[in-house]
Amino acid sequence: MDGIFVAGRRALKQNDDNRFGSCFRIYRPMILSQDETIALLLSLQVAAVATVCALPPATACAWLLARRRFLGKPLLETALLLPLILPPVVTGYVLLEVFGHRGAIGRVLDALHISIAFRWTGAALAAGVMAFPLLVVALRTAFESVDRKLEQAAATLGANAWRIFFGIALPLSLRGLVAGVALAFARAFGEFGATITFVSSIPGETRTLPIALYELLETPGGESGALRLTWIAVIVALISTLAAALLLRGPRAREVEP
Amino acid sequence: MIELDFALTRGEFSLQLALRSEARALALFGDSGCGKTSTLHAIAGLLKPARGRIALDGRVLFDSDKRVDVPVARRKLGVVFQDVRLFPHLSVRDNLRYGAPHSGDASRFDDAVQLLGLGALLKRKPDRLSGGQARRVAIGRALLCAPAALLLDEPLSNLHREARAEVLEHLRGLKRELALTTILVSHQADEVLSIADAVAVLDDGRLRKVQPVTQFGGEQHSAIRATLEAR
Repeated sequence: MDGIFVAGRRALKQNDDNRFGSCFRIYRPMILSQDETIALLLSLQVAAVATVCALPPATACAWLLARRRFLGKPLLETALLLPLILPPVVTGYVLLEVFGHRGAIGRVLDALHISIAFRWTGAALAAGVMAFPLLVVALRTAFESVDRKLEQAAATLGANAWRIFFGIALPLSLRGLVAGVALAFARAFGEFGATITFVSSIPGETRTLPIALYELLETPGGESGALRLTWIAVIVALISTLAAALLLRGPRAREVEP
Repeated sequence: MIELDFALTRGEFSLQLALRSEARALALFGDSGCGKTSTLHAIAGLLKPARGRIALDGRVLFDSDKRVDVPVARRKLGVVFQDVRLFPHLSVRDNLRYGAPHSGDASRFDDAVQLLGLGALLKRKPDRLSGGQARRVAIGRALLCAPAALLLDEPLSNLHREARAEVLEHLRGLKRELALTTILVSHQADEVLSIADAVAVLDDGRLRKVQPVTQFGGEQHSAIRATLEAR
């Protein structure tokens, strides 16, 4: 906590000292240092892997919640939302306890010579866990809005459950899917608390962009780097939201054609 | 041969029906809420009767005594729903092919397209079809899954005059071209008379009578309607 206050005070002081300079700094050519580039690429990799890996289980959970009634459903609903509600540090600590070298799953993974604690794969796991509820919520809403009568019609035409899901329900939920993926990717890209708790900050391995940014703020003279990374974070967030918006606009635009 | 003998309840409504008909095309006739559509859905497997037996042309689809309940997807019935239910994200061509995606039988597809006059519509999406066109596509889609029987739920409802005539003409054509057991739900006499060989009159979940359509020959439209509705 102290770190943030110190950094904040320093930034304010810098701003005072440099009233004209701060304007100038924003427009300075945005050439990333090698460390910053590595952090950016790592973050993109972690966020992409996290989103792709979280998608299948999130889809299954969303389908279960949207289409099935079963004992303990409210419990599952709450449990799936936990990463959204809990302090990220808590999530990170739980991951460490479970997937760390002494954890229940971590020991099994160690025996198989797979280590994810303090590896980039661990960062992806943390980001995936944090993004998971967003995917579930978006997909569940999308599945619930699909007209069940269309699925009935597909069944009368001889389609089995898989064909109904992949041929009817999923394509008709595409908007929700794209929105959920964009949101999850952005969330995974920005993941900080759970990641730093679970896999710490190892340059080139687990030091993602938000962690690099935090550390730059902690380092004297790191402000210009921090500012560049801030810009990068804003651009990535904008691109992922814009890409989603463009993808969603596509089918509509085509409908207008004769 | 259409054999129906079952009971089902949906909330307050109870439907009890026992009929055997040799008709190639049977119409279930009656006012809305009489159980016509429920009967059709029970045959299609979308509603499960509490007890009873359903068989078409000797093929048992449901038999509570013998614990037979063929799943919807394996009943091989071409269902045309009243609300059409075309898949909005698929083109007309893909809607038509949905029931037989791997069928290499192109001539069958072409025949159905020609029979229903769908040639010019194949690339369109369902939201760019008129009511009559959408109904024809739904009929074609049901036919192309190679059904053992055709179930039509109010195939002419919510259509304006010309569209009604258009769809009716194609339904007559179908009846001539294909000898397919057909069950038609309707509350309109002209529809019943031009498609069905026999009429089962339903009232409040009970069967009132089953009557061959030939008995109505020569009578006036209003008289037919009166005969059908006489209870």
